Amino acid sequence: MTPVIQARALTKTYGELVAVDGIDFEVAPGESFGLLGPNGAGKSTSMRMIGAVSQRTSGELTVLGLDPDTHGPEIRSRLGVVPQEDNLDTELTVRDNLIVYGRYFGIPRPVCAARATELLDFAELADKAKVKVDELSGGMKRRLTIARALINEPAVLMLDEPTTGLDPQARHVLWDRLFRLKERGTTLVVTTHYMDEAEQLCDRLVVVDHGRIMAEGSPADLIRTYSTREVLELRFGSTRNAQMAVELADLVDRHEVLPDRVLLYADDGEAVLARVRDRGLDPTTSLVRRSSLEDVFLRLTGRSLIE
Amino acid sequence: MSVDPARTATDELSYRDEALAAAVRPRRFGAWYVAEHRLRSMRAYGGTIVIGGIGQPLLYLLGIGLGLAAFLDQPIASGAHGPVSYLWFVAPALMASATITVALDEFTYAVLEGFKWRRLFWAMNASPVSPQQIATGMVIAVIGRMAFVAVAYGVLVVLFGATGSVLGALVTPFVAILGGLAFGLPLLAYSASIKNETGQFAVVQRFIFTPLFLFSGTFYPLATLPIWLQPIGWVSPLWHAAEVGRTLSYGSPPGAWPVWAHLLVLLVMAAVGWAVGRRIFVARLR
Repeated sequence: MTPVIQARALTKTYGELVAVDGIDFEVAPGESFGLLGPNGAGKSTSMRMIGAVSQRTSGELTVLGLDPDTHGPEIRSRLGVVPQEDNLDTELTVRDNLIVYGRYFGIPRPVCAARATELLDFAELADKAKVKVDELSGGMKRRLTIARALINEPAVLMLDEPTTGLDPQARHVLWDRLFRLKERGTTLVVTTHYMDEAEQLCDRLVVVDHGRIMAEGSPADLIRTYSTREVLELRFGSTRNAQMAVELADLVDRHEVLPDRVLLYADDGEAVLARVRDRGLDPTTSLVRRSSLEDVFLRLTGRSLIE
Repeated sequence: MSVDPARTATDELSYRDEALAAAVRPRRFGAWYVAEHRLRSMRAYGGTIVIGGIGQPLLYLLGIGLGLAAFLDQPIASGAHGPVSYLWFVAPALMASATITVALDEFTYAVLEGFKWRRLFWAMNASPVSPQQIATGMVIAVIGRMAFVAVAYGVLVVLFGATGSVLGALVTPFVAILGGLAFGLPLLAYSASIKNETGQFAVVQRFIFTPLFLFSGTFYPLATLPIWLQPIGWVSPLWHAAEVGRTLSYGSPPGAWPVWAHLLVLLVMAAVGWAVGRRIFVARLR
């Protein structure tokens, strides 16, 4: 499959600071690709380079078969961009935001108007069409931003931290909309520091830290490779966690101590919990859960995604 | 929605071709799309623009024509054929000050809104239009508003008989717009360079615009001022635009600067502001 995005040794430096440090990845048509990493990992910088608004310092980058350095307008005309910070025109109505934005792509006004109607339905904002953007909730603004990014029927939709700052319900509504796009075959590129978001939306992802790619694969692959099937979470109280972790270390191949809990990695969490109880230790709370990308990140970097 | 689910990898070539085709119009007309958006936003305060554009000249021309001019019994300025009425003298300067006021309105807060407060430029920037086109589009929209104000002024000037030449009055709006740009484009560049607004625009208003308005030979000939104050006029787009307008209205007295020299100063100021402004737009958005 010929990729829609292809990066080789892609690098961006700002003076001394290396924001993106020689990353390689490819995105296939129709794929939903994620960049997962903590704030400051270089995700947004990568997105800006793919979006042809920031020149790479070195390396190779091809988007839709074109070089962003020479064909910025061409690439941007086929991308949909959902930025991290909303930049809707708050003085215009919801509908006018879509129409005005469509004009930037040279789309004739009647076509913009027709698409705006469809997109407002898609974003479940049809009843807000004539409302000023200022009056929308955070979740509605995000949905409008996504609708706006679709006005040019983009080949690739790029979403930078799409649900940051939204409440859980608004996040689920948004994920549902994005999932529908994915089902329709839209190529998605998503950055996120939420593991659940990455698991929900991405077919394949790269874990990024300090501008480098730490691992690559589908969420399930990454969990299989870098973690166990299950995780046992135990809380003994913040003063005892570290000491208990030492006492329990021999029960499992790998464990982690977080400020508020001890994580024991095992394929059968209940069995390990039983052995913990056999030793007469009685944690305040215990929880057996499936491994997540959070565990993968912890394994790869020694740090939590959200700190 | 028309996202095509049947698209496959074999379409890679068509992705490229689609992109090449899709950018043709934005590459050519991008600045006009930005102007279209900006003019649409101006509609929000369209009433102010229209009432201000017609009301201000009306008040000035009435006030000066009926009041001040009647009070001055000696002519204070001369044209090619001797002394001229005060209203004739002051009308071209008032028109130029109106376009400069538009520049002060539009090239300050609207620019910061684009870069910072509402981040509108960043949204445009993600579309096919370039930073240069964003800057150009802002200017086109402002020229539109200036043209409205200047033409409204021109019509009233003719109706009030505030000009020595109706033909000249037809050309004066163009000069006033050039004056507005000579003031406005350097201001655009300055505004684009501001990262944090901490009252700079109030400073521009009080310490640049107001002195220019008062010391640019707006209400009396520049030569009336002591020589050490006259340089304010020489660097003032208002003075240069007003002087050209006066020449168009009633000719210039002996010893006046030639029209081409005034126009040259205006063009240079506008061109430098424009070149610097575009560079700052590119630097910030790329």
